[in-house]
Amino acid sequence: MPPQLKTLIPLFAIFIVLFLVGRHLVVPESFGEAGHYRFNSIVENAEKPLQYADKDACNECHEDYVMEMESDMHAGLSCETCHGPGFAHYEEPDSSRLLVPDQREFCGLCHQRNFNREKKLAQIDLKEHYPEKKCIECHNPHLPWDITE
Amino acid sequence: MEQHYQYLYDMLSQVQGYIFPNELDLQWGLLIVLYPYITGLVAGAFILASLERVFNVKVLKPTYQLALLTALAFLLVATMPLVTHLGHPWRAYEILSTPHSTSAMAIFGFVYLWYLMVVLLLEIWFDYRRDMVIWSKQEKGFKAKLYKILSLGVTDISPKTVRWDEKIGYFITVVGIPSAFLLHGYVGFIFGSVKANPWWSTVMMPVIFLFSAMVSGIALVLFIYMAVSYLRKQKIDMKALDTVAKYLFYILIIDFTLESLDQIHRIYEAEESFEILSLLVHGPLFLTFFIFQILLGTLVPLAALGTLQFYKPKEFTRRVIYLVSSLLVLFGIFFMRWNVVIGGQLFSKSFYGFTDYKIRIAGSEGLLWSMVWIILPFMILAFLLWLLPPWKKVQE
Repeated sequence: MPPQLKTLIPLFAIFIVLFLVGRHLVVPESFGEAGHYRFNSIVENAEKPLQYADKDACNECHEDYVMEMESDMHAGLSCETCHGPGFAHYEEPDSSRLLVPDQREFCGLCHQRNFNREKKLAQIDLKEHYPEKKCIECHNPHLPWDITE
Repeated sequence: MEQHYQYLYDMLSQVQGYIFPNELDLQWGLLIVLYPYITGLVAGAFILASLERVFNVKVLKPTYQLALLTALAFLLVATMPLVTHLGHPWRAYEILSTPHSTSAMAIFGFVYLWYLMVVLLLEIWFDYRRDMVIWSKQEKGFKAKLYKILSLGVTDISPKTVRWDEKIGYFITVVGIPSAFLLHGYVGFIFGSVKANPWWSTVMMPVIFLFSAMVSGIALVLFIYMAVSYLRKQKIDMKALDTVAKYLFYILIIDFTLESLDQIHRIYEAEESFEILSLLVHGPLFLTFFIFQILLGTLVPLAALGTLQFYKPKEFTRRVIYLVSSLLVLFGIFFMRWNVVIGGQLFSKSFYGFTDYKIRIAGSEGLLWSMVWIILPFMILAFLLWLLPPWKKVQE
């Protein structure tokens, strides 16, 4: 055998072995178990703490608000759409409080006039529609068409 | 946020007709133009080198090592535009560690690795081994050590072992030719197999890419050979230069014929996508397709190099013609890649409208990164020429 090959063949063998070892080290443990992805990622995501509690959980203590909401235009919304994730509050109501957004811009996220929005959604121009007042001073957010003034 | 809105409004003002929302912004920009361009230069330069070795075109000897080193310098950078294009470049190795068998791109990773490790590096090593052994004794200090390491301890330079260098080197070049075809045919395959895109989807694509690769690689070696000779203040071997130019001319004819055939076929078939493609080449791509690619990049060099087949002016005039032709071909092939990659994304798949593409200066998809990946191979080549100068090779 020529001396070149005596060196090159072991060298390439080492290269291939290093490649395989490297591959073994970098490929995640559960890769390929159920498809071309890391199966453990599903388990890990399932184990993440819950953030949202759902309307039924709210209904256990705040039936009045839920009933109010269901009777008006915000009926289809979840409480947590405005109040934020509520699972921690559901578990320990005293130590964890929910968001109570009262800024005009927050309502504007859905109600600022935008021609791309569906026509049935009430839309106003935040700059022109009673700019000095907060929305909730006139509109009860649970009963938006129950206008106080 | 304001910036994004501004960008959106600017982009929307560039839209013509009807497009789908996800077609507004091009997914593949300048970097993806560079990827087939640089890979093509590699394949072309290698095939030129193999002409000398396998097909025994002895007159090309002065360009043989230069073509190999050029191929290596560009191959080392070929994947970099892809890596910079990735949103998560540090995950790039996953294409090799967990390749998906149905992904054309994943298989390309192995084609690339094969070409780099088994073809180019080995061929250069066999070609330079004896010289590296000799240089390691002549040189001193760091360079001598480097040669020792690079020769991998195979210091036997007896005629028998050197003959093995030649034999195995020849074998690798023979294996290298289909590998070079595979390397660049594959790049064409990646585009040609996108069946949803009528501008790309043609079985001709790998063949067209291959021949345009050969054209650009030969033009690059022609240019580099002249530039290196000028910088070294050495006389150019006009026989070699004339022969390289002759091959450039021949392959340019084949390349032009194949591309014309593809277009004529498209025009004659006139499928439902034909109208939008016709509007594409006469509208957004007019300058880059008709003027840059066809007129400046193909017809002018064809006319110039063709004339030289019948009429031989003085050396200086020939050199000027070769210089201009090689640069024009390189320019034209760059825009061929541009027209494929960018052109294929400019028209809507609804066939009813166009979006627009503007190169950004900064950012990972910007002009600056592309400049880095175009300039870097020349710097690597300069280093390789310093380390493995073909003109210092020990003559038999």
